[in-house]
Amino acid sequence: MLPYVLKRFAVAILVAITVSMITFSMIYLSGDPALALAGETATEADIENIRRVYGYDRPIVVQYLDWLYRAVQGDFGQSHYLKKPVSEVIFERLPTTMLLGFCALVFALTLSIPLGVLAAIRPNSMIDRVALTIAVVGQAMPSFWFALIMMLWLGIYWRLLPVTGTDSWANFVMPSIALGYYITPAVMRLTRAGMLEVLSTDYIRTARAKGLRPMTVLFKHALRNAIIPVVSLAAVQFGFMLGGSIVIETIFAINGLGFLAWESIQRADLPMMQAIVLVLSIFYIVLTFLADMLNAWLDPRIRVG
Amino acid sequence: MTERILEVEGLSVDIPVPAGMLHPVQDLSFHVDRGETLAIVGESGCGKSLTSLALMDLLPSRATRRASKLALDGQDLTGLSERQMSDLRGNRMSMIFQEPMTSLNPAYTIGDQLIEALRRHRGVTVGEARDRAVWLLEKVGITAARERLRQYPHQLSGGLRQRVMIAMALMCGPDLIIADEPTTALDVTIQAQILHLLADLQREFRTGLILITHDLGVVARVADRVAVMYAGQFVEEGTALQIFQAPTHPYTQGLLNCIPVPGKTARGAHLGTIPGIVPSLVGRMPGCHFAERCRYVTDACRADAIALRDATEPGHRYRCVLSPEETAAHNQMETAQ
Ligand SMILES: Nc1ncnc2c1ncn2[C@@H]1O[C@H](COP(=O)(O)OP(=O)(O)OP(=O)(O)O)[C@@H](O)[C@H]1O
Ligand SMILES: [Mg+2]
Repeated sequence: MLPYVLKRFAVAILVAITVSMITFSMIYLSGDPALALAGETATEADIENIRRVYGYDRPIVVQYLDWLYRAVQGDFGQSHYLKKPVSEVIFERLPTTMLLGFCALVFALTLSIPLGVLAAIRPNSMIDRVALTIAVVGQAMPSFWFALIMMLWLGIYWRLLPVTGTDSWANFVMPSIALGYYITPAVMRLTRAGMLEVLSTDYIRTARAKGLRPMTVLFKHALRNAIIPVVSLAAVQFGFMLGGSIVIETIFAINGLGFLAWESIQRADLPMMQAIVLVLSIFYIVLTFLADMLNAWLDPRIRVG
Repeated sequence: MTERILEVEGLSVDIPVPAGMLHPVQDLSFHVDRGETLAIVGESGCGKSLTSLALMDLLPSRATRRASKLALDGQDLTGLSERQMSDLRGNRMSMIFQEPMTSLNPAYTIGDQLIEALRRHRGVTVGEARDRAVWLLEKVGITAARERLRQYPHQLSGGLRQRVMIAMALMCGPDLIIADEPTTALDVTIQAQILHLLADLQREFRTGLILITHDLGVVARVADRVAVMYAGQFVEEGTALQIFQAPTHPYTQGLLNCIPVPGKTARGAHLGTIPGIVPSLVGRMPGCHFAERCRYVTDACRADAIALRDATEPGHRYRCVLSPEETAAHNQMETAQ
């Protein structure tokens, strides 16, 4: 188990370092950052001054290491627009996005895994068709459009749920559904395919030959094996969901990291964007690492060499 | 004293396939007594596995099973619900499969998988079930049994896994064990060990055993009675002695001529083969199923269905238009060549 954990951990660290390099180089994406900061009316001397003050005149490696050193300590610099420390704003907004992501994931998994299992138990049945329809619709429909449709009906026509804001739990219902629905099809289809495959294996036949109850065969023997690839997929899909949260938070005016990202892009607030990209990436890396650990626990072939 | 553990009459299996209706098992009748080993031999694809799955009621869902009689220790199995049948499976009748590498669940320890059936059927405590598992693992020749309980299938070799499967089949002390080619997937050196182990345990526990195989050498060593299966039918049945000393059906004779006999078969001598392949089991076939491959075929073979008939000794039956004397004479000429 330990070598596996260490290996996965090393990979996670490597990915995190790569991501940090890419994130750092973001400031050079739009050309000379000193030029951008100085504005259009600045003189050559002003620009030179800014370059020195912000340290853009140092070798790039030194700049990166300096930036990384601060970032690790939670110092992402000042927001150009809000004139506040970036980290302060980030940590204000992060819990909201976490909550939204968590609710969306719970919604997605409680919908897709049981549906996938039921569809696999009775292939080509009514329930299988319903599941397939949900998957096809989910894949074909952009999440922003689905969000708008929900808003229109549930929020405006029927007045069942609040349309925007983050005042109560009710505010999170529609955004969680919109965000979670986005990853449902892939998870459901993999659950179905995995269950179908596992149910035709020899060890399921063995379990039945032992006279075990259908529920034991299904959940103890089949699902445990079928769920292993689903865990990895769910982690990847969760990454897509973080991207999707930018759209969903903006539509529902939820004050999370996604909304902040959208605002910062509009304001060309580079340090803020850098920090958001880094935080979301790290979040994703941690999640993938946890998924690997969960898989090791589920699958002894990984755990015990 | 003999006791009928299993009685089967008119067992058939049908499976709808794109080409029509498949009849892989056709009207089989046989019985197994307590403490007795019945070997079912036949080429690949002749319906052996489906026969055993039919007995366990574990056929694929598309398949249908028919039988005029199917009784385990006097209890009729034909009318049982899935629920009632599952009470018997792993309990009164258990099965050992061909593929030890894939027949154990990779996610659970062998201890966990061993105690399951006993816990399900007898409601004993985990501790009691573990004790029996350890005792049986030792019986099947596994050392350090208590430590093994914590191991996962992928940590064991194929031979060890098949021993675990045998122990698993014995957990509830079944009346009948069906072993479907239990050694085919194993190394030749281990095959004999496992078979003798199975035979010893079967004698010790006085279990009925149906041993399915296509290896006649195996049969000669462990079987009391033998049924030779060809294309869904039994073509010959009798005691092991009768089958080996007086094979009467041309197919049985062909099978036996395929095995080299130490001392009798000269080095480099030509071994018999049966030319041709097993016919398709789709649709009904009139006459003898073996006719296409039989050297002694006549028009009479293809006319009507051929019933099993008695050979010279009681209990020895075969399915051929020729008399025992005729087939024996043919066989003599064949082997003399
Ligand atoms: N689920 C199924 N659907 C359709 N046909 C099947 C199915 N299972 C088996 N068959 C066919 O039924 C016939 C008998 O199969 P069976 O598995 O009983 O053979 P076998 O005697 O056990 O062969 P082997 O020695 O290779 O194990 C074969 O022709 C096989 O192709
Ligand atoms: Mg078979």
